[in-house]
Amino acid sequence: MLSRAANNLYWMSRHIERAENTSRLLDITYRMSLLPYRVQESGQSWAEPWALPLVINGIASAFYARYPGVLTSDNVLRFMVLDPANPSSLYSCIQAARENARTVRGAITSEMYEDINALWLEMRSQDYDRLHASGLNAFFEWVKLRSHQFRGVTFGTMLRDEGYSFIRLGTFIERADNTARLLDVKYHTLLPSAADVGGAVDYYQWSALLRSLSAFDSYRKVYRDLITPTKVTELLVLRDDVPRSLHACMNDIYDILKSLCDDSSREAERLAGELHALLHYGHTEQIIALGLHEYLMAFLEKLSKLTAEINRDFLIPEYSQQQVMS
Amino acid sequence: MSNIYNEMYQADGAVRPHYQSYSDWLKDKPLDFILQKQREADTLFTRLGITFAVYGDEGGVERSIPFDIIPRIIRMQAWKTISDGACQRVRALNAFLKDIYHDQEIIKAGLIPEQQILGNKLFRPEMRGFDVPGDVYVHVAGIDIVKTDQDQFYVLEDNLRTPSGVSYMLENRKMMMRLFPQLFSRMPVAPVDHYADVLLDNLRAVAPAGVVNPTVVVLTPGSYNSAYFEHAFLAQQMGVELVEGQDLLVKNNTVYMRTTRGPQRVDVIYRRVDDDFLDPLAFRRDSALGVPGLFAAYKAGRVTLANAIGSGVADDKSTYIYVPEMIRFYLGEEPIIANVPTWRLDRADDLSYVLGHLPELVVKEVQGSGGYGMLVGPASTAQQIADFRERILHHPANYIAQPTLALSTCPTYCDSGIAPRHVDLRPYVLSGKTVTLVPGGLTRVALREGSLVVNSSQGGGTKDTWVLEE
Repeated sequence: MLSRAANNLYWMSRHIERAENTSRLLDITYRMSLLPYRVQESGQSWAEPWALPLVINGIASAFYARYPGVLTSDNVLRFMVLDPANPSSLYSCIQAARENARTVRGAITSEMYEDINALWLEMRSQDYDRLHASGLNAFFEWVKLRSHQFRGVTFGTMLRDEGYSFIRLGTFIERADNTARLLDVKYHTLLPSAADVGGAVDYYQWSALLRSLSAFDSYRKVYRDLITPTKVTELLVLRDDVPRSLHACMNDIYDILKSLCDDSSREAERLAGELHALLHYGHTEQIIALGLHEYLMAFLEKLSKLTAEINRDFLIPEYSQQQVMS
Repeated sequence: MSNIYNEMYQADGAVRPHYQSYSDWLKDKPLDFILQKQREADTLFTRLGITFAVYGDEGGVERSIPFDIIPRIIRMQAWKTISDGACQRVRALNAFLKDIYHDQEIIKAGLIPEQQILGNKLFRPEMRGFDVPGDVYVHVAGIDIVKTDQDQFYVLEDNLRTPSGVSYMLENRKMMMRLFPQLFSRMPVAPVDHYADVLLDNLRAVAPAGVVNPTVVVLTPGSYNSAYFEHAFLAQQMGVELVEGQDLLVKNNTVYMRTTRGPQRVDVIYRRVDDDFLDPLAFRRDSALGVPGLFAAYKAGRVTLANAIGSGVADDKSTYIYVPEMIRFYLGEEPIIANVPTWRLDRADDLSYVLGHLPELVVKEVQGSGGYGMLVGPASTAQQIADFRERILHHPANYIAQPTLALSTCPTYCDSGIAPRHVDLRPYVLSGKTVTLVPGGLTRVALREGSLVVNSSQGGGTKDTWVLEE
């Protein structure tokens, strides 16, 4: 298929997935902020959880440029929910996804276009103060459901062609990237207070992380035990039966690339295979020994190399003279 | 204009026979029902994203073209006249294009002044002596036709460059079938949805010589173009790639598209980009929409462009007046559909007549389109007429004038209920293997009471067009 079309499909699903992930994170942070428990009791500043969405998306400086002064939940929510000036806001992600879809509407089904177009039209008509008054949780839930719905419409209507593969590729790359970043930042902020392990605040923090990745119930089912950082790491990094874990994402990414790659794109397949093997044959002890942060940074770097190779091989190709002549 | 032809009702108020079945169905529907269906259609068009971009609007706002849910119904006998007349015209225009880019017999015969062709800025000297595949220049033509009385049709203009609107013909039909499925079991409406198949078939038929299984693409200026929806729609319906200039590259006079599997050869380009912007090496150098080297590949016979470069010279409004002569000269036939009588303001006699009768005439810019740069005398104020007179006097050769035709009307849903509004018709003639059209077209309707301007850029809407099979 046309490289530009593949690129748009890939980014369409990345943007939708990003909106969903951001929604999950904002939802859980918002819920936590409504709890009677005060996080500052553990020695952290109250606002710290609200920095997470900014840190993960790498937009802290953009935020402070727009909201000089104090970081408050209200500011972050305004910035992350409907602010069109913030390219990572839910609003902007949906707008970008819909623009990608519009550009390649011939490559997706009319049901898919109708769904994503309606999502955008509804998003565009939202008003922050009204949302806030009626409860932001319902809105976050709505974004998450619409992401599920779009994935469902895609799954249920689209031809299993190359375009479908690039849509899935975008979903899993974005998801892996998000899980790794979320785990890293959360782990980082939690680590200093490891002494509090087992405390109520700690419990809420870890359960919030699991919930934001829809993995809380899975944790219960798998371990039937207290939440510990090691087990959370195992669950979200190494177990391939947890849909948002790094291993599960890499399973899909590797499978998709095996089917997409030909002789001119073996490097993308090789990089994916390498990354997949790292998780497939990985050990929790190894990760702890290396340090989770170091491990995740190495993962993200490899993932970014892989996405650069995917760009080169498929999405934004430069041709050699030889290729054109053949 | 007292004797306006109403397509649904006779002068005595009786329903015309071909509208009878629809009228029986409509008459026991309360106005609320119509209103609700109209709203449903508007919502669906927005939801489905069947929109056009409005130029000059901040951030490329998209709007849907107003859709009227009352169909326009055409008898098979009238359709035959329209169909035969439009095909005849396209055959003659195509022969004309071949002639002026080769031997120029029509000039030698003294039927068209040399200056009219060679002095026209849409004439492409680069095309002289070049043989296009199958001698087809106009693969897709939109022929604008109006009706003024029973069996009285006129061609208003020919659109031979990149005529648009066919997606609305197809989407309007889908919408009507979605809203009123029961009507289609009542009435034998001829189908139009095979349009894309016929188009693809014709495009494949004009592939460069020697290409066995040609790859066809649709070339669009991009997603900010006002007709982008249509470009994407047609590519999807034909099952071919929708490309932008940046997706194509030319090496050794061969055109390739950039795909995820490496470069892939392209044989036929249904282009919706104007001549000027196709190739920065051959035409406008500042064009970012084009493909460097495309024209050279075309001239080398390695790729087919549809429509051919240089077809615009035949749809210019000053060339229009010669089309009946072309039909006689090239086909040896009499025109089936007449031209609207036209005054050319570069002729002194015509100019003085027109200046004396501006309040009753329609004056158009020779190369204008989309309803811009036009004066509708009877609908204009004295001041507007005076202003337009100045513009004419400044450059008379830039204008033609025509009598204000009493365009037929169709019942249309509007604020006051259902009332007659003026309509025209644009059927799309396809050439390649043969010259054909699907039974239907885009009916455009002037939504303002009394207005004769049907262009969507001027507040016009559209209707589904039903040709009834017998």
